[in-house]
Amino acid sequence: MICATLLLLVAGGLVTSNDASLAVPDWPTSFGSFHMPRMTGGVLYEHGHRLIAASIAILVFCLAVWTWAGTRQRHLRTLTALAAAGIIAQAVLGGLSVLSANWADPRWRLALATAHGVFGQIMFCLLASVALLTSRSWQQEPARTIDAADAPRLRIWTGLLVFMLFVQLVLGAAFRHVWTKWGPGTGERMEAGRIVSWFLVPHMLNAILTAAVLVVATVMVMKRAGGNRSLKMPGMFLHVLLLAQLLLGVGALLTRVVWHMDTPQPEGPLIWTTVAHQTAGALMLLTATVLAIQVRRASPLAAGEERSFHKSPSREAVTV
Amino acid sequence: MKHANGRVLAAVVAAMALLAMVSCSKNKGTNEESNAAETKAAPVDMSQVGQVQGTVNYDGQKPAAKKIDMSQDPVCAKKGENTVESMMGNATGLQNVFVYVKDGYNGTAQAPSTPVVIDQEGCRYHPHVLGVMAGQTIEIKNNDATTHNIHPTPAADSGNREWNESQGPGAAPLDKNFGRPEVMLPVKCNQHPWMKMYINVAKNPYFAVSDADGKFTIKDLPPGDYTLAAVHETLGEKTQKVHLDPKGSQTVQFSFGGAGGAGQ
Repeated sequence: MICATLLLLVAGGLVTSNDASLAVPDWPTSFGSFHMPRMTGGVLYEHGHRLIAASIAILVFCLAVWTWAGTRQRHLRTLTALAAAGIIAQAVLGGLSVLSANWADPRWRLALATAHGVFGQIMFCLLASVALLTSRSWQQEPARTIDAADAPRLRIWTGLLVFMLFVQLVLGAAFRHVWTKWGPGTGERMEAGRIVSWFLVPHMLNAILTAAVLVVATVMVMKRAGGNRSLKMPGMFLHVLLLAQLLLGVGALLTRVVWHMDTPQPEGPLIWTTVAHQTAGALMLLTATVLAIQVRRASPLAAGEERSFHKSPSREAVTV
Repeated sequence: MKHANGRVLAAVVAAMALLAMVSCSKNKGTNEESNAAETKAAPVDMSQVGQVQGTVNYDGQKPAAKKIDMSQDPVCAKKGENTVESMMGNATGLQNVFVYVKDGYNGTAQAPSTPVVIDQEGCRYHPHVLGVMAGQTIEIKNNDATTHNIHPTPAADSGNREWNESQGPGAAPLDKNFGRPEVMLPVKCNQHPWMKMYINVAKNPYFAVSDADGKFTIKDLPPGDYTLAAVHETLGEKTQKVHLDPKGSQTVQFSFGGAGGAGQ
């Protein structure tokens, strides 16, 4: 399901990068019906995105039903119920962002499209958390390699990293949607310079801060990981992703802002750098979330802390 | 239980507030009422009117028209080659420049009852640049064997409304209008991202679009002092002052491009 959700994020990115989000002007129907439309032009991206999303929604509902039928663990039940409610909310956000093209205030469309992009990645992290909490490794007794003295500091830094990446996601999504819907080539409802200074510059400044927080947080965790692979692996993966993401960010900046000014239609380099940048960002947020959870798991139990979070008491949970 | 009821009530109130906000901002239809169309037309003394004609030139070498890749849709690809239309025209003339009386005409005019036509053929819009009066009907046709969507994106503060509708092959024409003056209002098709055109909504009937030679004529203009503006989709706006005597004729020239020109 995680791979399918990643595919859905890529498909969503392709919709925006191909300027195809309004290729199908209605929702929940497509051109007034639930039949398959002719999958050409922008319809291929927009309707394809809808089909993948519908498939994932079915998987999420099955997961929720299976979990509620098969386990009494409160945190798993809560997470899967949230996932089921979240997938409906995400579908409604996507639908409203399509319908809002006909509303009086064009700012609704920007807000809804940005919220749809951001919420998609929240859902990605939520489903990954369910996968982690139902994984085989989670059934085993955790290696509590983090000292009680270090635990609060590590929790704060890994939590801060997740927060910074989330802020980065919001700024990036806002820039992407404002630029593609109101920027150059769309009648420039908002001056390109203003979009850059309001959204892109904060995104770039926050990238520097986030990179610094990432390095501090992961080095701190990895130093205290000992032989705990569940702490080391996400840390190392985050370093690789950071490097790739910075390069992709420069690529997206060049293709979207510097070189794209005069192209008649979205071109391959623009499409793939922006989609890859968005996907790498989603993977970073997911990995940072996993790291924050693993740090909590590897910390000593505080007095009165709920044990079920740290160890799954049975094998009854579903595997995602 | 008390808390649970409170939470349910809060959720219902929040949902109703959201619905109210959404419904307040929703479209009540995409045809708009025009101030210009509502006011009664002041009579123009047709025995005194003149005309302004001229040419829009491009100084220097025009950049080569970029080729468009239409392979996304086999129906479009079959129609042959397509290029970007922003720099069309003969060697020196610049086509698709909207020339209009920007200032100086204080009368009112009623929108003509005859519609102007936008045709989608060969996965292009015909014309690429259109002039229309506020409130005048625009008839949109699809002569392609594929579905298009028509998506105008007016400026946020123009008072015109964004809309997005699809039109299948052989579908009945769509009749639309824009109620407020706006220059170079972009229209695009999200199914075929290269398809772009511009609608210019004028508050008076004194406008023209330059042809392949860069020539334009604004007819039946009452005598007076005017500011004429020439607007190009990417090169921006040039203006000129024009004095027109009764039954007079004036010739003006606008120049775009690196070398500048007569326009300001």
